[in-house]
Amino acid sequence: MIWVDTILQGILLGGLYALFAAGLSLVFGIMRLVNLAHGDLIVLGAYLILLLVTMTGLSPFLAAAIAIPLMFMLGYGLQKFMLNRVLGDDILPPLLVTFGLSVVLQNALLEGFSADSQRLPAGTLSTASVEVAGINLGVLPLLTFASAVLVIVGLNQLFYRTSLGRAFRATSDDATTASLMGIKPASIFAKATSIAMIIVTIAALYLGMRSNFDPNIGPARLIYAFEAVIIGGLGSLWGTLAGGIIIGVAQTVGAAINPEWQILAGHVAFLIVLLIRPRGLFPRAVD
Amino acid sequence: MITRRTLLKSTAIAGATVATGGLGMPAIAQGARIRLGYVSPQSGPLAAFAEADNFILSNFAQSAVAENFEVIVKDSQSNPNRAADVAQELIIDDEVDMLLVASTPETTNPVATTAEFEGVPVISTVAPWQPWFIGQQGNPGDPGTWEPFDYAYHFFWGLEDVISVFTAMWAQLDTNKSVGGLFPNDGDGNAWGDPNVGFPPVLDAQGYTLTDPGRYQNLTDDFSAQINAFKQNAVEIVTGVPIPPDFTTFWNQAKQQGFTPKAASIGKAILFPQAVEALGDTGHNLSSEVWWSPSHPFTSSINGLTAGQVAAAYTGETGKQWTQPIGFVHALFELAVDVMGRVDDAGDGDAVAEAIAASSLDTIVGPIAFNGAGLPPFAARNICKTPLVGGQWRLKESGGYDLVIVDNSDQPSIPTGGTMEAIA
Repeated sequence: MIWVDTILQGILLGGLYALFAAGLSLVFGIMRLVNLAHGDLIVLGAYLILLLVTMTGLSPFLAAAIAIPLMFMLGYGLQKFMLNRVLGDDILPPLLVTFGLSVVLQNALLEGFSADSQRLPAGTLSTASVEVAGINLGVLPLLTFASAVLVIVGLNQLFYRTSLGRAFRATSDDATTASLMGIKPASIFAKATSIAMIIVTIAALYLGMRSNFDPNIGPARLIYAFEAVIIGGLGSLWGTLAGGIIIGVAQTVGAAINPEWQILAGHVAFLIVLLIRPRGLFPRAVD
Repeated sequence: MITRRTLLKSTAIAGATVATGGLGMPAIAQGARIRLGYVSPQSGPLAAFAEADNFILSNFAQSAVAENFEVIVKDSQSNPNRAADVAQELIIDDEVDMLLVASTPETTNPVATTAEFEGVPVISTVAPWQPWFIGQQGNPGDPGTWEPFDYAYHFFWGLEDVISVFTAMWAQLDTNKSVGGLFPNDGDGNAWGDPNVGFPPVLDAQGYTLTDPGRYQNLTDDFSAQINAFKQNAVEIVTGVPIPPDFTTFWNQAKQQGFTPKAASIGKAILFPQAVEALGDTGHNLSSEVWWSPSHPFTSSINGLTAGQVAAAYTGETGKQWTQPIGFVHALFELAVDVMGRVDDAGDGDAVAEAIAASSLDTIVGPIAFNGAGLPPFAARNICKTPLVGGQWRLKESGGYDLVIVDNSDQPSIPTGGTMEAIA
């Protein structure tokens, strides 16, 4: 019974990691941009939601709904005025810019919100659980997982059912040829980052309700997101969800054997996948 | 060739040099004052410890003795390497007469080691004495090689005190004496869970059974393994030294899984009121060690204010609830003033170190004297233990939490505000 519980908890944890990873996967898949500030942007989103909650007294969910358009615009501006200027053949400049952005965000948040650890007030939701066949599943982790699945479904619909999605895929495959067909890669990139920021805000909502956050907590969450993206394979959104679940289950199973192995087990699972399938489990693009 | 443009440019640069030179002048004139260098983690993950620094420093600057001192403040950025660098800067560039350092072994140890090496006296606080003393030794694993320090002094409590306080708190409750340990794989967690000097031998001797699933990494997102292990062993008391986000994750998950211990005595994670508030309503009756509180019956030797008055002044000035480091950072400056008052030449490091060793001062955190009371012989010279009691966070009706002292069995002079209550 404990093993079933362990694996279920791992799958739910995987939902959280997939949420962290989905935005990263989108940006990485379309413009090959490794956004090192992704974790800090999630923390920024959490602070924005917190600010809205404390100012208006709304529930975190409603506050997140208000934060989403704000973050959407931020993402657009970020890509249009900063990242697009450094994107090019050389992958190093955008990498360095996002690294710098990460440092700037952390220190700006520290200056603005102090180092106090904060949490989004989730009320009774944070401790609520449902019993399924003798196993207690937390309501919040279940919601997190459901949101992750919804986000992935939504992104897939966007990618494969809309003209914007077609433009995304075309730009991802070959930006030069796509631009010959009348697609402006710069504008596509800006839209992709904006959409990524919507997911960032959703991830921020669950991160903030699940546990404490402070201005410095971003980078620690980034590594699982990266691993989930790589395990899943470049450009595959369902793969990202699978990657998150693999890391989550590896962690809880590792911890059940010995808590010392918890984090390590996630990394080992990542390395094993990388050894067997260097391009990830479900790679979409060939490059 | 001198053109109009180059002439303008060069005179502008010369002018700027003269101006900055002029700014530098008064600093040289101030050299007559005693120079104190203060290092603390003002930014980074440990910044909560240094949150009251500005308040304490500005209070010190307003006190009557302050005109004899120049305090140079440096930020360790919560980074041990940076802490060592700024200590070096303070010693070499600023030529400080004494270093003061506070908050966590990650800050105190590099600074104390640097100062000891450079022969500059240093007073340190807010780190349990074991990681401070043993952590600075060349070979922490071999007690035979441990050496006392010539210039480094430290006042705080030790692991033995926190163990004694926690077990005294648990003794007030009716439990099955089954304890679960949450010890992370870091300096604190390894010390607390150490089979020789940590919790296990003491708990064993007092008839408690300890469930210790093993050292986990900080910033873990899932504690189902620990919760399952605790449930299996019918754990009624949880203890440990997790970082705040991990404790929140654990506590929420425990509640989701229907695991509620009768007592949870946690070090580090619930030190600051903000961290307890982050738990929502579920932080009620969590217990923790208390090193300083407004109800400690001590007064400042600098301005004569009681602990309660200093805490009230902090709340009045910042609008924030008092935190425990306030008293200790204040005491750091008390001790510096007292020591410097007893030496003829503040620049004589050996004389200053001797004066620190000879200290006997009643501070806002209690009496400080490096007489080795309650310490093993190897640590007796450099360390002074300050009182430790146990407290519980109680949810206020208006929201927020109060820290109420519930156990003073080791320090009867510190009044309690209630008795230990089981977590509902």
